[in-house]
Amino acid sequence: MNTRRVRRRLVNGIMTGLVGVLSALAVLALVLILGNLVVKGASSLDWNFFTKNPVPAGESGGGVANAIVGTGIIVGLACLIGLPIGIGAGLYLAEFGSGRLGWVVRFVADVMNGTPSIVVGIFAWTWLVKPMGHFSALAGSVSLAILMIPMLARTTEEMVRLVPHSLREAALALGYPRWRTSLRIVARTALAGIITGCLVGIARIAGETAPLLFTALGNLNFSTHVLEPMQALSLQIFQYATGPFDDWHRLAWAAAIVLMGLVLLLALSARWAIRQRHGASR
Amino acid sequence: MAPPADARLQLEAVRLTALYGRRAVVKDVSILFPARTVTAVIGPSGCGKSTFLRCLNRMHELSEGGWVTGTVLLDGDDIYAAIVDPVQLRRRIGLVFQRPTPFPTMSIYDNVAAGLRVNGRRSRADVDAAVEAALKRAALWDEVKDRLKQSALALSGGQQQRLCIARALAPEPEVLLLDEPTASLDPAGTQRIEELCHELKTNYTIVIVTHNLQQAARVSDYTAFFYVGDLVEVGRTEVLFTTPTQERTEAYITGRFG
Repeated sequence: MNTRRVRRRLVNGIMTGLVGVLSALAVLALVLILGNLVVKGASSLDWNFFTKNPVPAGESGGGVANAIVGTGIIVGLACLIGLPIGIGAGLYLAEFGSGRLGWVVRFVADVMNGTPSIVVGIFAWTWLVKPMGHFSALAGSVSLAILMIPMLARTTEEMVRLVPHSLREAALALGYPRWRTSLRIVARTALAGIITGCLVGIARIAGETAPLLFTALGNLNFSTHVLEPMQALSLQIFQYATGPFDDWHRLAWAAAIVLMGLVLLLALSARWAIRQRHGASR
Repeated sequence: MAPPADARLQLEAVRLTALYGRRAVVKDVSILFPARTVTAVIGPSGCGKSTFLRCLNRMHELSEGGWVTGTVLLDGDDIYAAIVDPVQLRRRIGLVFQRPTPFPTMSIYDNVAAGLRVNGRRSRADVDAAVEAALKRAALWDEVKDRLKQSALALSGGQQQRLCIARALAPEPEVLLLDEPTASLDPAGTQRIEELCHELKTNYTIVIVTHNLQQAARVSDYTAFFYVGDLVEVGRTEVLFTTPTQERTEAYITGRFG
Protein backbone atom coordinates (compact mmCIF):
# COMPACT_ATOMS: atom_id res chain seq x y z
CA MET A 1 0.00 0.00 0.00
CA ASN A 2 2.58 2.47 1.15
CA THR A 3 5.26 1.40 -1.33
CA ARG A 4 2.75 1.75 -4.11
CA ARG A 5 2.02 5.29 -3.14
CA VAL A 6 5.74 6.08 -2.99
CA ARG A 7 6.23 4.54 -6.42
CA ARG A 8 3.38 6.59 -7.85
CA ARG A 9 4.85 9.75 -6.47
CA LEU A 10 8.27 8.87 -7.79
CA VAL A 11 7.03 8.09 -11.30
CA ASN A 12 4.91 11.23 -11.25
CA GLY A 13 7.92 13.31 -10.25
CA ILE A 14 10.20 11.80 -12.87
CA MET A 15 7.69 12.19 -15.69
CA THR A 16 6.85 15.78 -14.74
CA GLY A 17 10.56 16.57 -14.64
CA LEU A 18 11.15 14.92 -17.98
CA VAL A 19 8.37 16.82 -19.69
CA GLY A 20 9.65 20.04 -18.13
CA VAL A 21 13.19 19.44 -19.40
CA LEU A 22 11.94 18.65 -22.90
CA SER A 23 9.84 21.79 -23.12
CA ALA A 24 12.77 23.80 -21.78
CA LEU A 25 14.88 22.34 -24.60
CA ALA A 26 12.29 23.43 -27.15
CA VAL A 27 12.24 26.96 -25.79
CA LEU A 28 16.03 26.94 -25.47
CA ALA A 29 16.42 26.49 -29.22
CA LEU A 30 14.29 29.56 -29.86
CA VAL A 31 16.11 31.59 -27.21
CA LEU A 32 19.50 30.61 -28.65
CA ILE A 33 18.48 31.63 -32.16
CA LEU A 34 17.04 34.94 -31.03
CA GLY A 35 19.99 35.60 -28.73
CA ASN A 36 22.47 34.84 -31.47
CA LEU A 37 20.65 37.19 -33.83
CA VAL A 38 20.62 40.00 -31.33
CA VAL A 39 24.27 39.60 -30.35
CA LYS A 40 25.53 39.56 -33.92
CA GLY A 41 23.10 41.94 -35.55
CA ALA A 42 21.76 44.42 -33.02
CA SER A 43 24.75 46.74 -33.32
CA SER A 44 24.00 47.28 -37.02
CA LEU A 45 20.40 48.22 -36.37
CA ASP A 46 20.27 51.98 -36.64
CA TRP A 47 18.16 54.56 -38.40
CA ASN A 48 20.21 54.28 -41.59
CA PHE A 49 19.60 50.55 -41.69
CA PHE A 50 15.88 51.09 -42.07
CA THR A 51 15.93 54.19 -44.28
CA LYS A 52 18.92 53.84 -46.60
CA ASN A 53 19.39 51.60 -49.60
CA PRO A 54 22.44 49.32 -49.93
CA VAL A 55 25.73 50.94 -50.81
CA PRO A 56 28.39 49.36 -53.05
CA ALA A 57 30.56 46.73 -51.38
CA GLY A 58 33.47 48.21 -49.47
CA GLU A 59 31.70 51.42 -48.54
CA SER A 60 30.40 51.45 -45.01
CA GLY A 61 26.87 52.39 -44.00
CA GLY A 62 23.80 51.79 -46.09
CA GLY A 63 20.68 49.89 -45.17
CA VAL A 64 18.03 47.56 -46.42
CA ALA A 65 15.07 49.91 -46.90
CA ASN A 66 14.50 48.50 -50.38
CA ALA A 67 14.37 44.95 -49.03
CA ILE A 68 11.93 45.81 -46.24
CA VAL A 69 9.57 47.55 -48.65
CA GLY A 70 10.10 44.77 -51.19
CA THR A 71 9.18 42.04 -48.70
CA GLY A 72 6.08 44.05 -47.80
CA ILE A 73 5.02 44.37 -51.42
CA ILE A 74 5.81 40.80 -52.46
CA VAL A 75 4.15 39.26 -49.40
CA GLY A 76 1.21 41.66 -49.60
CA LEU A 77 0.61 40.78 -53.22
CA ALA A 78 0.96 37.09 -52.43
CA CYS A 79 -1.75 37.51 -49.77
CA LEU A 80 -4.03 39.28 -52.23
CA ILE A 81 -3.71 36.31 -54.55
CA GLY A 82 -3.43 33.49 -52.03
CA LEU A 83 -5.79 34.36 -49.15
CA PRO A 84 -9.07 34.42 -51.12
CA ILE A 85 -8.20 31.27 -53.04
CA GLY A 86 -6.88 29.38 -50.02
CA ILE A 87 -9.72 30.34 -47.68
CA GLY A 88 -12.29 29.77 -50.39
CA ALA A 89 -10.91 26.33 -51.13
CA GLY A 90 -10.91 25.51 -47.41
CA LEU A 91 -14.54 26.58 -47.06
CA TYR A 92 -15.43 24.50 -50.07
CA LEU A 93 -13.66 21.44 -48.68
CA ALA A 94 -15.33 21.74 -45.30
CA GLU A 95 -18.84 22.52 -46.53
CA PHE A 96 -19.19 20.74 -49.84
CA GLY A 97 -16.07 18.60 -50.09
CA SER A 98 -17.50 15.20 -49.29
CA GLY A 99 -17.67 14.14 -52.95
CA ARG A 100 -15.06 13.02 -55.45
CA LEU A 101 -13.98 16.55 -56.35
CA GLY A 102 -13.42 17.30 -52.67
CA TRP A 103 -11.24 14.23 -52.38
CA VAL A 104 -9.18 15.31 -55.38
CA VAL A 105 -8.75 18.88 -54.10
CA ARG A 106 -7.73 17.60 -50.67
CA PHE A 107 -5.23 15.17 -52.16
CA VAL A 108 -3.70 17.85 -54.41
CA ALA A 109 -3.47 20.24 -51.46
CA ASP A 110 -1.69 17.63 -49.36
CA VAL A 111 0.80 16.88 -52.12
CA MET A 112 1.39 20.59 -52.73
CA ASN A 113 1.91 21.10 -49.00
CA GLY A 114 4.85 18.75 -49.17
CA THR A 115 6.33 20.23 -52.34
CA PRO A 116 9.76 21.82 -51.73
CA SER A 117 9.53 25.57 -52.20
CA ILE A 118 12.38 25.53 -54.68
CA VAL A 119 10.27 23.40 -57.00
CA VAL A 120 7.52 26.00 -56.83
CA GLY A 121 10.14 28.62 -57.66
CA ILE A 122 11.23 26.71 -60.75
CA PHE A 123 7.61 26.32 -61.74
CA ALA A 124 7.01 30.06 -61.47
CA TRP A 125 10.20 30.72 -63.43
CA THR A 126 9.07 28.40 -66.23
CA TRP A 127 5.54 29.73 -66.50
CA LEU A 128 5.93 33.40 -65.59
CA VAL A 129 9.50 34.63 -65.74
CA LYS A 130 10.41 32.97 -69.01
CA PRO A 131 7.29 33.96 -70.99
CA MET A 132 7.49 37.52 -69.64
CA GLY A 133 11.15 37.69 -70.49
CA HIS A 134 12.33 39.13 -67.18
CA PHE A 135 12.32 38.55 -63.44
CA SER A 136 9.56 40.28 -61.50
CA ALA A 137 8.11 40.78 -58.03
CA LEU A 138 4.78 39.60 -59.36
CA ALA A 139 6.24 36.20 -60.25
CA GLY A 140 7.65 36.06 -56.72
CA SER A 141 4.25 36.81 -55.24
CA VAL A 142 2.62 34.16 -57.37
CA SER A 143 5.12 31.52 -56.25
CA LEU A 144 4.62 32.49 -52.60
CA ALA A 145 0.84 32.39 -53.08
CA ILE A 146 1.15 28.89 -54.52
CA LEU A 147 3.02 27.84 -51.39
CA MET A 148 0.41 29.43 -49.20
CA ILE A 149 -2.81 28.22 -50.80
CA PRO A 150 -2.72 24.50 -49.89
CA MET A 151 -1.70 25.27 -46.33
CA LEU A 152 -4.51 27.83 -45.96
CA ALA A 153 -7.04 25.51 -47.54
CA ARG A 154 -6.28 22.70 -45.10
CA THR A 155 -6.17 24.86 -41.96
CA THR A 156 -9.35 26.68 -42.96
CA GLU A 157 -11.02 23.33 -43.54
CA GLU A 158 -9.95 22.05 -40.12
CA MET A 159 -11.14 25.21 -38.39
CA VAL A 160 -14.50 25.22 -40.16
CA ARG A 161 -15.01 21.56 -39.31
CA LEU A 162 -14.59 22.41 -35.64
CA VAL A 163 -17.76 24.52 -35.75
CA PRO A 164 -20.52 22.41 -34.17
CA HIS A 165 -23.01 20.93 -36.60
CA SER A 166 -25.85 22.16 -34.40
CA LEU A 167 -24.95 25.77 -35.23
CA ARG A 168 -25.21 25.07 -38.94
CA GLU A 169 -28.58 23.41 -38.44
CA ALA A 170 -29.81 26.30 -36.30
CA ALA A 171 -29.08 28.72 -39.14
CA LEU A 172 -30.69 26.48 -41.75
CA ALA A 173 -33.76 26.06 -39.57
CA LEU A 174 -34.08 29.85 -39.43
CA GLY A 175 -34.35 29.94 -43.20
CA TYR A 176 -30.73 30.76 -44.01
CA PRO A 177 -29.73 29.64 -47.49
CA ARG A 178 -26.79 27.27 -47.49
CA TRP A 179 -24.19 29.76 -48.80
CA ARG A 180 -25.24 32.32 -46.24
CA THR A 181 -25.04 29.76 -43.46
CA SER A 182 -21.50 28.95 -44.57
CA LEU A 183 -20.36 32.56 -44.70
CA ARG A 184 -22.34 34.38 -42.03
CA ILE A 185 -22.50 31.69 -39.37
CA VAL A 186 -19.95 28.94 -39.90
CA ALA A 187 -17.03 30.93 -41.32
CA ARG A 188 -17.61 33.75 -38.88
CA THR A 189 -17.58 31.38 -35.94
CA ALA A 190 -14.35 29.85 -37.23
CA LEU A 191 -12.86 33.27 -37.98
CA ALA A 192 -10.37 33.36 -35.12
CA GLY A 193 -8.98 30.03 -36.23
CA ILE A 194 -8.92 31.05 -39.88
CA ILE A 195 -7.05 34.26 -39.05
CA THR A 196 -4.52 32.28 -37.06
CA GLY A 197 -4.12 29.96 -40.04
CA CYS A 198 -3.55 32.92 -42.38
CA LEU A 199 -0.99 34.23 -39.98
CA VAL A 200 0.98 31.03 -39.85
CA GLY A 201 0.81 30.97 -43.64
CA ILE A 202 2.04 34.55 -44.02
CA ALA A 203 4.79 34.01 -41.48
CA ARG A 204 5.97 31.00 -43.39
CA ILE A 205 6.12 32.64 -46.81
CA ALA A 206 7.62 35.88 -45.46
CA GLY A 207 10.88 34.06 -44.86
CA GLU A 208 10.92 32.00 -48.04
CA THR A 209 14.07 32.46 -50.12
CA ALA A 210 14.29 29.70 -52.68
CA PRO A 211 11.25 30.61 -54.81
CA LEU A 212 12.24 34.27 -54.86
CA LEU A 213 15.69 33.45 -56.24
CA PHE A 214 14.00 32.33 -59.45
CA THR A 215 11.38 35.05 -59.60
CA ALA A 216 11.86 38.35 -57.77
CA LEU A 217 15.63 37.88 -58.14
CA GLY A 218 16.65 40.83 -55.95
CA ASN A 219 17.46 44.41 -56.72
CA LEU A 220 20.19 46.69 -55.41
CA ASN A 221 18.01 49.73 -55.88
CA PHE A 222 14.76 50.83 -54.36
CA SER A 223 11.89 49.63 -56.52
CA THR A 224 8.14 49.44 -56.10
CA HIS A 225 7.45 48.26 -59.61
CA VAL A 226 5.88 44.82 -59.39
CA LEU A 227 6.82 43.88 -62.94
CA GLU A 228 10.50 44.54 -62.27
CA PRO A 229 12.96 42.57 -60.13
CA MET A 230 12.57 43.47 -56.48
CA GLN A 231 14.63 43.00 -53.36
CA ALA A 232 13.29 41.06 -50.37
CA LEU A 233 14.67 40.60 -46.86
CA SER A 234 15.20 36.89 -47.29
CA LEU A 235 17.09 37.46 -50.56
CA GLN A 236 19.14 40.21 -48.96
CA ILE A 237 20.08 37.91 -46.08
CA PHE A 238 21.06 35.19 -48.53
CA GLN A 239 23.21 37.54 -50.64
CA TYR A 240 24.89 39.24 -47.70
CA ALA A 241 25.47 36.06 -45.71
CA THR A 242 27.09 34.26 -48.64
CA GLY A 243 29.16 37.31 -49.60
CA PRO A 244 32.81 37.80 -48.65
CA PHE A 245 32.59 41.03 -46.60
CA ASP A 246 32.32 41.35 -42.81
CA ASP A 247 30.10 44.41 -43.26
CA TRP A 248 27.69 42.31 -45.28
CA HIS A 249 27.63 39.59 -42.64
CA ARG A 250 26.69 42.11 -39.98
CA LEU A 251 23.94 43.51 -42.19
CA ALA A 252 22.67 39.98 -42.86
CA TRP A 253 22.30 39.37 -39.11
CA ALA A 254 20.50 42.66 -38.70
CA ALA A 255 18.19 41.90 -41.60
CA ALA A 256 17.41 38.56 -39.99
CA ILE A 257 16.37 40.37 -36.82
CA VAL A 258 14.07 42.62 -38.85
CA LEU A 259 12.52 39.64 -40.63
CA MET A 260 11.86 37.82 -37.36
CA GLY A 261 10.57 41.02 -35.84
CA LEU A 262 8.11 41.45 -38.70
CA VAL A 263 6.80 37.93 -38.24
CA LEU A 264 6.48 38.49 -34.50
CA LEU A 265 4.65 41.77 -35.06
CA LEU A 266 2.29 40.03 -37.44
CA ALA A 267 1.52 37.36 -34.87
CA LEU A 268 0.93 39.83 -32.07
CA SER A 269 -1.28 42.17 -34.09
CA ALA A 270 -3.48 39.33 -35.29
CA ARG A 271 -3.90 38.05 -31.75
CA TRP A 272 -4.84 41.53 -30.70
CA ALA A 273 -7.36 41.75 -33.54
CA ILE A 274 -8.96 38.48 -32.52
CA ARG A 275 -9.30 39.63 -28.93
CA GLN A 276 -10.86 42.91 -30.02
CA ARG A 277 -13.41 41.13 -32.12
CA HIS A 278 -14.40 38.75 -29.38
CA GLY A 279 -14.28 41.21 -26.53
CA ALA A 280 -16.52 43.91 -27.93
CA SER A 281 -19.24 42.24 -29.92
CA ARG A 282 -21.08 44.40 -32.34
CA MET B 1 -64.84 16.79 -46.55
CA ALA B 2 -64.71 20.57 -46.56
CA PRO B 3 -61.60 22.07 -45.03
CA PRO B 4 -62.02 23.26 -41.47
CA ALA B 5 -62.85 26.90 -40.94
CA ASP B 6 -59.42 27.74 -39.56
CA ALA B 7 -57.16 26.13 -42.12
CA ARG B 8 -54.42 28.68 -41.53
CA LEU B 9 -51.69 27.56 -39.15
CA GLN B 10 -52.83 23.99 -39.50
CA LEU B 11 -50.20 21.33 -40.09
CA GLU B 12 -50.83 17.82 -41.27
CA ALA B 13 -48.56 14.88 -42.04
CA VAL B 14 -49.93 12.49 -44.64
CA ARG B 15 -48.50 8.96 -44.85
CA LEU B 16 -45.11 10.37 -43.97
CA THR B 17 -42.17 7.99 -44.04
CA ALA B 18 -38.67 9.26 -43.19
CA LEU B 19 -35.63 7.29 -44.23
CA TYR B 20 -31.88 7.30 -43.80
CA GLY B 21 -30.68 5.58 -46.95
CA ARG B 22 -32.86 2.49 -47.04
CA ARG B 23 -33.67 2.42 -43.34
CA ALA B 24 -37.06 3.88 -42.39
CA VAL B 25 -37.06 5.56 -38.99
CA VAL B 26 -40.54 7.06 -39.25
CA LYS B 27 -43.08 4.75 -40.86
CA ASP B 28 -46.22 5.81 -42.65
CA VAL B 29 -47.34 8.42 -40.13
CA SER B 30 -50.52 10.42 -40.66
CA ILE B 31 -51.41 13.02 -38.07
CA LEU B 32 -53.17 16.37 -37.88
CA PHE B 33 -51.95 19.27 -35.77
CA PRO B 34 -54.95 21.58 -35.38
CA ALA B 35 -54.37 25.33 -35.52
CA ARG B 36 -53.51 27.06 -32.24
CA THR B 37 -52.93 23.93 -30.24
CA VAL B 38 -49.98 22.31 -28.54
CA THR B 39 -49.29 18.72 -29.53
CA ALA B 40 -46.79 16.70 -27.53
CA VAL B 41 -44.86 13.91 -29.22
CA ILE B 42 -43.76 11.28 -26.71
CA GLY B 43 -42.00 7.94 -26.91
CA PRO B 44 -38.78 6.16 -25.92
CA SER B 45 -35.38 7.34 -27.13
CA GLY B 46 -34.52 6.53 -30.72
CA CYS B 47 -38.10 5.97 -31.83
CA GLY B 48 -38.03 8.63 -34.53
CA LYS B 49 -39.60 11.55 -32.66
CA SER B 50 -36.90 14.05 -33.56
CA THR B 51 -36.63 12.80 -37.12
CA PHE B 52 -40.38 13.16 -37.49
CA LEU B 53 -40.21 16.73 -36.21
CA ARG B 54 -37.40 17.54 -38.63
CA CYS B 55 -39.54 16.31 -41.52
CA LEU B 56 -42.14 18.95 -40.66
CA ASN B 57 -39.89 21.81 -41.77
CA ARG B 58 -37.81 19.87 -44.27
CA MET B 59 -34.69 19.71 -42.13
CA HIS B 60 -34.50 15.93 -42.35
CA GLU B 61 -33.51 16.01 -46.01
CA LEU B 62 -30.35 17.93 -45.00
CA SER B 63 -29.11 14.99 -42.96
CA GLU B 64 -26.71 12.54 -44.54
CA GLY B 65 -28.87 10.14 -46.58
CA GLY B 66 -32.13 11.65 -45.35
CA TRP B 67 -35.23 11.56 -47.55
CA VAL B 68 -38.99 11.16 -47.16
CA THR B 69 -42.02 9.72 -48.85
CA GLY B 70 -45.55 10.91 -48.22
CA THR B 71 -46.02 14.57 -47.50
CA VAL B 72 -46.79 17.36 -45.07
CA LEU B 73 -49.51 19.97 -45.58
CA LEU B 74 -49.26 23.49 -44.17
CA ASP B 75 -52.47 25.49 -44.48
CA GLY B 76 -53.53 22.75 -46.88
CA ASP B 77 -50.51 23.22 -49.20
CA ASP B 78 -48.01 20.45 -49.87
CA ILE B 79 -44.66 21.60 -48.42
CA TYR B 80 -42.83 18.91 -50.36
CA ALA B 81 -44.20 20.15 -53.70
CA ALA B 82 -41.54 20.91 -56.30
CA ILE B 83 -42.33 24.62 -56.38
CA VAL B 84 -41.79 25.05 -52.64
CA ASP B 85 -38.40 26.50 -51.70
CA PRO B 86 -37.36 24.72 -48.49
CA VAL B 87 -35.38 27.79 -47.41
CA GLN B 88 -38.49 29.97 -47.62
CA LEU B 89 -40.57 27.28 -45.97
CA ARG B 90 -38.32 27.12 -42.91
CA ARG B 91 -39.05 30.77 -42.29
CA ARG B 92 -42.71 29.80 -41.82
CA ILE B 93 -42.02 26.79 -39.61
CA GLY B 94 -39.59 27.56 -36.79
CA LEU B 95 -37.54 24.88 -35.05
CA VAL B 96 -35.91 25.03 -31.63
CA PHE B 97 -33.35 22.37 -30.78
CA GLN B 98 -32.67 20.32 -27.69
CA ARG B 99 -29.51 22.21 -26.83
CA PRO B 100 -29.34 25.99 -26.98
CA THR B 101 -27.60 27.06 -30.19
CA PRO B 102 -26.98 30.81 -29.98
CA PHE B 103 -24.67 32.11 -32.71
CA PRO B 104 -21.47 32.68 -30.72
CA THR B 105 -20.14 35.55 -32.82
CA MET B 106 -23.33 37.57 -32.50
CA SER B 107 -24.76 39.75 -29.76
CA ILE B 108 -28.07 38.98 -28.09
CA TYR B 109 -29.74 41.52 -30.36
CA ASP B 110 -28.14 40.16 -33.53
CA ASN B 111 -29.09 36.61 -32.62
CA VAL B 112 -32.76 37.53 -32.45
CA ALA B 113 -32.50 39.70 -35.56
CA ALA B 114 -30.70 36.99 -37.55
CA GLY B 115 -33.86 35.44 -38.93
CA LEU B 116 -35.31 38.85 -39.80
CA ARG B 117 -32.29 40.07 -41.67
CA VAL B 118 -32.09 36.96 -43.79
CA ASN B 119 -35.69 37.65 -44.76
CA GLY B 120 -34.81 40.78 -46.67
CA ARG B 121 -33.99 44.35 -45.78
CA ARG B 122 -36.01 46.07 -43.14
CA SER B 123 -35.75 49.44 -41.49
CA ARG B 124 -33.76 49.74 -38.30
CA ALA B 125 -36.86 50.68 -36.30
CA ASP B 126 -38.73 47.70 -37.70
CA VAL B 127 -36.03 45.28 -36.61
CA ASP B 128 -35.77 46.95 -33.20
CA ALA B 129 -39.50 46.52 -32.63
CA ALA B 130 -39.51 42.92 -33.83
CA VAL B 131 -36.55 42.00 -31.62
CA GLU B 132 -38.19 43.54 -28.57
CA ALA B 133 -41.49 41.81 -29.29
CA ALA B 134 -39.82 38.43 -29.77
CA LEU B 135 -37.77 38.76 -26.58
CA LYS B 136 -40.90 39.75 -24.65
CA ARG B 137 -42.83 36.78 -25.97
CA ALA B 138 -39.95 34.49 -25.00
CA ALA B 139 -40.02 36.03 -21.49
CA LEU B 140 -36.42 37.16 -21.79
CA TRP B 141 -36.78 40.89 -22.40
CA ASP B 142 -36.55 42.06 -18.78
CA GLU B 143 -33.37 40.09 -18.21
CA VAL B 144 -31.50 41.30 -21.29
CA LYS B 145 -32.93 44.68 -22.26
CA ASP B 146 -29.94 46.54 -20.79
CA ARG B 147 -27.31 44.38 -22.45
CA LEU B 148 -28.60 43.64 -25.93
CA LYS B 149 -25.17 44.31 -27.41
CA GLN B 150 -23.42 41.73 -25.25
CA SER B 151 -22.38 38.35 -26.56
CA ALA B 152 -25.13 35.75 -26.46
CA LEU B 153 -22.68 33.40 -24.78
CA ALA B 154 -22.82 35.53 -21.62
CA LEU B 155 -26.33 34.19 -20.92
CA SER B 156 -27.11 31.15 -18.78
CA GLY B 157 -28.24 27.89 -20.38
CA GLY B 158 -31.92 28.61 -19.73
CA GLN B 159 -31.62 32.15 -21.02
CA GLN B 160 -29.83 30.88 -24.11
CA GLN B 161 -32.67 28.49 -24.80
CA ARG B 162 -35.24 31.27 -24.43
CA LEU B 163 -33.04 33.37 -26.72
CA CYS B 164 -33.25 30.59 -29.30
CA ILE B 165 -37.02 30.57 -28.92
CA ALA B 166 -37.08 34.35 -29.38
CA ARG B 167 -34.88 33.92 -32.46
CA ALA B 168 -37.33 31.39 -33.87
CA LEU B 169 -40.31 33.65 -33.05
CA ALA B 170 -38.90 36.88 -34.50
CA PRO B 171 -39.63 36.10 -38.16
CA GLU B 172 -43.21 35.30 -37.08
CA PRO B 173 -43.50 31.71 -38.23
CA GLU B 174 -46.88 30.02 -38.36
CA VAL B 175 -45.77 26.84 -36.67
CA LEU B 176 -43.22 26.33 -33.90
CA LEU B 177 -41.47 22.99 -33.55
CA LEU B 178 -39.74 22.33 -30.22
CA ASP B 179 -37.36 19.38 -29.96
CA GLU B 180 -37.02 18.59 -26.27
CA PRO B 181 -36.53 22.27 -25.49
CA THR B 182 -36.15 21.73 -21.76
CA ALA B 183 -33.81 18.73 -21.82
CA SER B 184 -30.82 20.77 -20.69
CA LEU B 185 -32.64 23.14 -18.35
CA ASP B 186 -33.23 23.25 -14.60
CA PRO B 187 -36.79 23.10 -13.17
CA ALA B 188 -37.20 26.88 -13.10
CA GLY B 189 -36.14 27.22 -16.73
CA THR B 190 -38.37 24.30 -17.65
CA GLN B 191 -41.35 25.94 -16.01
CA ARG B 192 -40.80 29.19 -17.89
CA ILE B 193 -40.69 27.42 -21.20
CA GLU B 194 -43.84 25.48 -20.41
CA GLU B 195 -45.63 28.71 -19.51
CA LEU B 196 -44.36 30.05 -22.78
CA CYS B 197 -46.05 27.22 -24.67
CA HIS B 198 -49.34 28.17 -23.09
CA GLU B 199 -48.96 31.81 -24.04
CA LEU B 200 -47.71 31.15 -27.54
CA LYS B 201 -50.46 28.85 -28.63
CA THR B 202 -52.86 31.76 -29.05
CA ASN B 203 -50.80 32.74 -32.09
CA TYR B 204 -48.98 29.63 -33.17
CA THR B 205 -49.40 25.96 -33.73
CA ILE B 206 -46.88 24.15 -31.57
CA VAL B 207 -45.43 20.65 -31.76
CA ILE B 208 -43.20 19.69 -28.85
CA VAL B 209 -41.11 16.55 -28.59
CA THR B 210 -40.52 15.56 -25.00
CA HIS B 211 -39.17 12.73 -22.91
CA ASN B 212 -41.00 13.97 -19.92
CA LEU B 213 -44.53 12.59 -19.59
CA GLN B 214 -45.52 15.08 -16.91
CA GLN B 215 -44.45 17.84 -19.23
CA ALA B 216 -46.55 16.42 -22.05
CA ALA B 217 -49.53 16.27 -19.71
CA ARG B 218 -48.94 19.83 -18.51
CA VAL B 219 -48.42 21.67 -21.78
CA SER B 220 -50.28 19.86 -24.50
CA ASP B 221 -53.81 19.68 -25.87
CA TYR B 222 -53.03 16.60 -27.92
CA THR B 223 -50.47 13.86 -27.40
CA ALA B 224 -48.98 11.52 -29.98
CA PHE B 225 -47.18 8.36 -28.88
CA PHE B 226 -44.40 7.08 -31.15
CA TYR B 227 -42.82 3.68 -30.86
CA VAL B 228 -40.00 2.44 -33.14
CA GLY B 229 -41.05 4.71 -35.97
CA ASP B 230 -44.76 4.01 -35.74
CA LEU B 231 -47.38 6.44 -34.57
CA VAL B 232 -49.12 4.16 -32.10
CA GLU B 233 -51.81 6.47 -30.84
CA VAL B 234 -52.83 10.10 -30.91
CA GLY B 235 -55.61 11.82 -29.03
CA ARG B 236 -56.57 14.56 -26.63
CA THR B 237 -53.97 14.58 -23.89
CA GLU B 238 -56.31 13.97 -20.97
CA VAL B 239 -57.90 11.06 -22.83
CA LEU B 240 -54.64 9.48 -23.92
CA PHE B 241 -53.18 9.64 -20.45
CA THR B 242 -56.26 8.29 -18.67
CA THR B 243 -57.81 5.86 -21.09
CA PRO B 244 -55.36 4.90 -23.81
CA THR B 245 -56.75 2.54 -26.41
CA GLN B 246 -53.50 0.81 -27.24
CA GLU B 247 -51.75 -1.56 -24.90
CA ARG B 248 -48.29 -0.24 -25.82
CA THR B 249 -49.38 3.30 -24.97
CA GLU B 250 -50.63 2.21 -21.60
CA ALA B 251 -47.46 0.26 -20.91
CA TYR B 252 -45.35 3.31 -21.76
CA ILE B 253 -47.28 5.92 -19.80
CA THR B 254 -47.51 3.69 -16.75
CA GLY B 255 -43.74 3.26 -16.86
CA ARG B 256 -43.55 -0.41 -17.74
CA PHE B 257 -40.97 0.27 -20.46
CA GLY B 258 -39.12 3.04 -22.24
